[in-house]
Amino acid sequence: MTQARTIDLPGRAVARPAGWKRYAVWIALAAILLLLPYVFGSRLALSTMSLMGTMIIFALSYNMLLGQTGLLSFGHAVFFGLGGFCAVHILNMAGAGGWPIPLPLFPLVGGLGGLFFGVLFGAVATRRAGTAFAMITLGIGELVVSSALILRRFFGGEEGITTDRTDVMGFLGYGFGPQIQVYYLIAAWCFLSIAAMYGITRTPFGRIANAVRDNPQRTAFIGYDTSRVRFISFSLSGLFAGVAGGLSVINFEIVNAAQMGAVESGTVVLMTYIGGVGNFAGPIIGAILITWLQLILSDATQIWPLYVGLLFIGMVMFAPGGIAGLLAMQAPVLAARQLHRVLPWYLLAAVPGIVAVIGLSILIETTHQFSIRAAYGPDLTLYYIPFSVTSPLPWITGLVLAAAGTWLFLRAARLARDAYDEAVAAGREG
Amino acid sequence: MLEIIFISTLNGILYGMLLFLMASGLTVIFSMMGVLNLAHASFYMLGAFFGFELTRRLGFWPALVLAPVLVGLVGMAVERYGLRRVHSHGHVAELLFTFGLTFVIKEVVEMVWGKLPADYRIPTSLDFPAFTLFSTNYPAFRLFVLLISIAIFVALLLVIKKTRVGLVVQAALTHPGMVGMLGHNVDRVFMLVFGVGVGLAAVAGVIAGPILITQSNMAGLLGPILFVVVVVGGLGSLGGALAASLLIGLVQTFAVAFNVSLADLFGSSAVGAVLSVWLSDIWRVTVAQVAPILPYLLLVLILIFRPRGLMGTRDT
Repeated sequence: MTQARTIDLPGRAVARPAGWKRYAVWIALAAILLLLPYVFGSRLALSTMSLMGTMIIFALSYNMLLGQTGLLSFGHAVFFGLGGFCAVHILNMAGAGGWPIPLPLFPLVGGLGGLFFGVLFGAVATRRAGTAFAMITLGIGELVVSSALILRRFFGGEEGITTDRTDVMGFLGYGFGPQIQVYYLIAAWCFLSIAAMYGITRTPFGRIANAVRDNPQRTAFIGYDTSRVRFISFSLSGLFAGVAGGLSVINFEIVNAAQMGAVESGTVVLMTYIGGVGNFAGPIIGAILITWLQLILSDATQIWPLYVGLLFIGMVMFAPGGIAGLLAMQAPVLAARQLHRVLPWYLLAAVPGIVAVIGLSILIETTHQFSIRAAYGPDLTLYYIPFSVTSPLPWITGLVLAAAGTWLFLRAARLARDAYDEAVAAGREG
Repeated sequence: MLEIIFISTLNGILYGMLLFLMASGLTVIFSMMGVLNLAHASFYMLGAFFGFELTRRLGFWPALVLAPVLVGLVGMAVERYGLRRVHSHGHVAELLFTFGLTFVIKEVVEMVWGKLPADYRIPTSLDFPAFTLFSTNYPAFRLFVLLISIAIFVALLLVIKKTRVGLVVQAALTHPGMVGMLGHNVDRVFMLVFGVGVGLAAVAGVIAGPILITQSNMAGLLGPILFVVVVVGGLGSLGGALAASLLIGLVQTFAVAFNVSLADLFGSSAVGAVLSVWLSDIWRVTVAQVAPILPYLLLVLILIFRPRGLMGTRDT
């Protein structure tokens, strides 16, 4: 997918590829979504991919704010949750009343709910930008979550509201009982939403939103109402977050107030930023990566959020473009056919990097076992090596590996950077 | 009734002063560096846990001094090696950095002290009733907390208004470039202010730990209220932060003390019959149950009617 932030330099503009090539990315995306269940067919894989699809929409909707309009929101899960609650209530009503609404339309119900609340809260929040906006969204998030415990009829208290997706009308003979059908429903909505959100970035409105992000004063000067642009972005992003919420309801058949909370809002910030905010595909990468990390890390360790948090801080400090940004940086190297010159340096940096991560994880896990899990005894098995956390050996090993790994990584990273600069320069000359 | 009002006022001021201990550092850091430190409440939590650990090993009084100093040093390191680095990427990156820090600090606390509440008790030397009013014993420790926070407030005011360091800080608030030209090390001033700011939050943590619950979710519970305080008071205004802290402290404690619901107010009237149908969900909800929402409601109202906050001088 093309970069949302590229600036087309005069004279270097590439002619648009004609015919089907223009849609190659989309055809490939559709094909991948269609074929994935044939590659990963297990129950666990299907439900993971369903969750990933939902999270992709959610993260992309968040990036409409953070990446496209430059608005840092700390309460985005509110729209996900409220969209979900709208969908679940209508779903239950439709099931009880036998309304002729097929199940695949219910994400739209969630989307409309998200849009409604996006308009409502956006009217308050988007009057300001920057830090004040971030604070307001945080406040709105807390307001909604604490109201949820009072308005029990709508939010169902702590247990939430359950539903049964097979109660309502099916679609083309599909009842949506089996997970595979739900996967295809989510995949279809995921495709539609990605296309729609990408389309929005290409409209004049999308461009003006970028202008508001980059230089609000100047945008106001050429005659645009910046707070109205922010308001429209905010509402639209509420719409797509609501779609994701509706899909989550169909997938899990339950929604509760915790899904609107600060943790969920934080997760979408992490996903979007780690994936990369400057690139349309970034949040997609982030959503897939974080969902997958949550799955494998939560099996391996109890304190997995610490690793995700450290990854996030590392990204903010060293790679503000996120993973997508790092990948996009390789585009000029690829174009100049210089990849063979940088790849060895990347590998050289990767080795001490991995050593540092292993050392750090030894330190973290050993501390954890030593202080909290002391009741389970001092024995810990890490990387297939059993040891006792009361002996100084694991601490020293962890410390040495982490320190030496970091030091070597920083040196190798500098060399890799030089190699990259050289490759790009060589590409420019050639 | 008089008893409830008196005790609630005292508790409200106490809670408000605790909030102010944190909000003052937050708002000074904000007006100086333009960074809203989202991890401020996390440093408060760190203060409480350091205080708990040091109290267990050395006793309460050394902990009261050492824990804030340690947290202050951690804060300075964070500013020097983290925040300053991110600064060049812009404000959003700085906010995100402090946001990531809240995650990491919470997880580190859970890694070391676990998720269950820590057994952080009131020191025995202060564990007696200070005075008895009507039938309520008011604990001496609460009075001590109140006095400490007022003392720190006065000291802070004196330092900022009367000393040379305070003058430099004040000048760096509005004209960092000029202060740098005059030969002061602005970076070091920033680092110091950040350290002292989070150190104050840690003081609040050490003394509030035994009263409130010392647990790994305490930062998450208090953080949002803290941001309400600084936004309502006006970002960057110390006086506003004081007013808003006391306001929120009093509102919260008074709301908790009153068990009145709409049903009690309109119960038997004709209006009541209509309302009870339409507002069935919130009909029997008491003011005490609504208490957690009030700060955020106040935030939204302030933003609608007075976007710059009570005493703020600028829109951000």
